[in-house]
Formats: sequence, C-alpha cells, structure tokens
Amino acid sequence: MATVSVEEVWQALDEVMDPEIPVLSLIELGIVRGVELDGLHACVRITPTFSGCPAFEVMKVDIVARLRKLGLDAVEVKTSLSPAWTTDSISEQGRAKLHSYGLVPPPRHAGDPELVISEAVRCPRCGSSQTSRTNSFGPTLCREIYVCRNCREPFEGFKPI
Amino acid sequence: MTPHPDQALSDWLLASADDEMVLAHRDSEWTGHAPILEEDIAFANLALDEMGHASLWFGALAELRGEDRAEYTDRLVFFRSAQEFRNIQMVELPRGDWAFSMVRQYLFDEAELLRLARLAHSQSEPIAQIAVKVQKEEIYHVRHTHAWIRRLGLGTEESRQRCQAALDELWPFAQQLFSTEEGAKVLVRDGIVPDPTEVRLAWEGVVGKNLTESGLMAPTAHEGVPLRRDEHTPHLTSLLAEMQSVARTEPSAVW
Repeated sequence: MATVSVEEVWQALDEVMDPEIPVLSLIELGIVRGVELDGLHACVRITPTFSGCPAFEVMKVDIVARLRKLGLDAVEVKTSLSPAWTTDSISEQGRAKLHSYGLVPPPRHAGDPELVISEAVRCPRCGSSQTSRTNSFGPTLCREIYVCRNCREPFEGFKPI
Repeated sequence: MTPHPDQALSDWLLASADDEMVLAHRDSEWTGHAPILEEDIAFANLALDEMGHASLWFGALAELRGEDRAEYTDRLVFFRSAQEFRNIQMVELPRGDWAFSMVRQYLFDEAELLRLARLAHSQSEPIAQIAVKVQKEEIYHVRHTHAWIRRLGLGTEESRQRCQAALDELWPFAQQLFSTEEGAKVLVRDGIVPDPTEVRLAWEGVVGKNLTESGLMAPTAHEGVPLRRDEHTPHLTSLLAEMQSVARTEPSAVW
C-alpha cells in the first residue's frame, strides 16, 4: 500500500504556483498554515492574501489536483483567517524571485503597512531610487504601478499589507 | 422585546455584507468609463476589494447559521428581492457623476475604517478576525478617495461645485451609516460591535476636518432619509435586476 509523508505534502505544495504571480509557490507566498495527514487523507489549511483576490479559489483547486498526484485519496483545503496574512509572510526566496520577475518585493513593516507606504522604491531594471508611484492600484489587487524617472520605464510593485 | 443575540448578530452581519456588496456593484459600473485609465484600474480594484469584504461577512453569516459558505452567499446575493436586502440607501443610489461616486466612496470608507479599528477588538472572534484583515486593505481606499476629495475640492471651480453638490445630496444618506437598529443595542452592550454614536462623532471629526482643508463644507441637513434598513429606493430594484440576471437565467448552473 502506498504511503505519503507530511514532508512530501509540503514539498508538493512548494510546486503549486500563485496563478497571478507564477514564479511564486504557495509556500514562498506564505499562505500555508498547516498540513495534517491521516493515512491517505490530507487536510491543508491556507489563509487568503487580499480578501477579494480571485486567485484564492484557483489555488484551492490547484492544491487538490497536485496532492492527488501523490496518491492521496482525499484532500481537504480549509481556510483560516487568523493571524491575518501580511506581505511580511513572503519568504526571502520568494522576495528574490519577485525581484527577478520585475515585481518589486513589498518592504517589511512588522505589522504596520502605513509605515512603509511612502517609502522610496528602487527600479527593478536600473536600480535607481528616482521613482514615483503613479497608482496604488494595479492589474491585480496586490500590485501598485510605478514609473522610473531615470530609465523612464514603468514597473510594478507588490503592495504592502 | 430584546431579540436573541444570535438573531441580532445575524442581522448585523447581513447588513454589513449587503452594504459592501451593493457598493461594490455600483463601483464596478465605472469599469471602462472612468475619466482616466489609472482611475479605471483603481476603481475596479476598489470594487473588487469591497466584494471581497462582502464575501467575508457573508461567510461569517453562513458559519453562524450552519450553512455552506459559497452556496449560501450565492443564494443571498442572487436570489433575494430588494425588500430582503439590508443595505443602506446611500450605496444603492445610481453612480451619478465622478464627484458623486468619489464622495460616496470617501464618506463610506472613512466610516468603515473607523468601525473596523473598533471591530478589531470585538468580543466576537470571527468579527475581530475579519476586521483585522479588512482594515489593512481599507487604508488604501481612504488614502485614495481622500486624495480625490482634495483634488476635486481644490481643483477648478466646476470640480469644487460638483463635489459640494454631491456632498449636499449624500450627507443625509450618510447618516444611515450610523443608525442603530433596535436589535444592535444588545451587540453594543456585549462589546461585539461599537457604539454607532461614538463612531459618528469620530467620523464627523475626521471628515469635517478633511472637507474644510479641501475647500468644501460639511452640510448640516440630516433629515429626509429613513434610518431603517428594510426601506429602499426604486434604484435597488433596477440594480438587482442587472446584478442577478445571469444567475437567475440558469439557477442550477455551477460557476
């Protein structure tokens, strides 16, 4: 009879990507809160990022599909709201991936995003700090739009919450 | 007769969810029609945020009633009639001009942010959890809509006039944001929701100051709008006819 370990489940979850930021796994995004395994029955607890993010439902479906490939009989995905997700939960590895993807990682704020909302952001292309935010809202709920005054290119940043 | 606390909580959750849902729909009507591209993107995001907040409140209501979150939310949103909605009238009014929609969103957001800060300490664990989460997103709304109030108020004579006209029209409706339903008193007593009168005073302080700094005047007229949430304008009926039309065409469809 096939057996599956908790480590294998975590590893598989690290291969499920955020559908809106496909370079980032759900582990790197920091939304997986726990894995329980009872024989071939897995229960994964995840927490939403932005309340209205449509990707959240897709993630649930993707988790079930990926874990079933391990040979699990049943996969349950539960949502827990507390403690609320913050952009500080994105791992260092995740931040590095966001940067090379061209999306400026959210500045760490230790619980008060208002502290960093006005912080200068460096252009991911030329590294200049001569940038301006042109919109606090972008193509997805988690992104803001900037323009670099040095290389004149627009770019996006991850919105700190 | 004092209503059962669970019934009072149920009513309160439904009212909060309906406010966000109906406002989200009105906001989404600007998608593709906002004055500039950046604003089109921003307002669509605001609408989606409000819809997300609505789904959290609907979800908490489903849990309280022992219903399935997704199925119950769809049932409430798409298969109730206008008489069964418990949103305030301010959010169901047609979107009007840009100033009207911005002023409405601003007045609503300031009230919501103040309320959430207090709800974060609610004696009800599910409410406190939602409040902590939503608060972080609302900070961006208030920054955005407050900037628009300044821009319109201190912009041209026409933008100031339109903004003031919107304020004058919306002000009486905004009072409903702080109306105390009979049943909610038990929730205030138990520390589950904040005292609406205290929230109103805080709101008048911050909104009054920001309006003055934007060259606008806070109106004084309060009368004319009912404080009960089961009375609606005919605008809600037409809004629902549009919002519910697809779901009602094929009620058994799986989305």
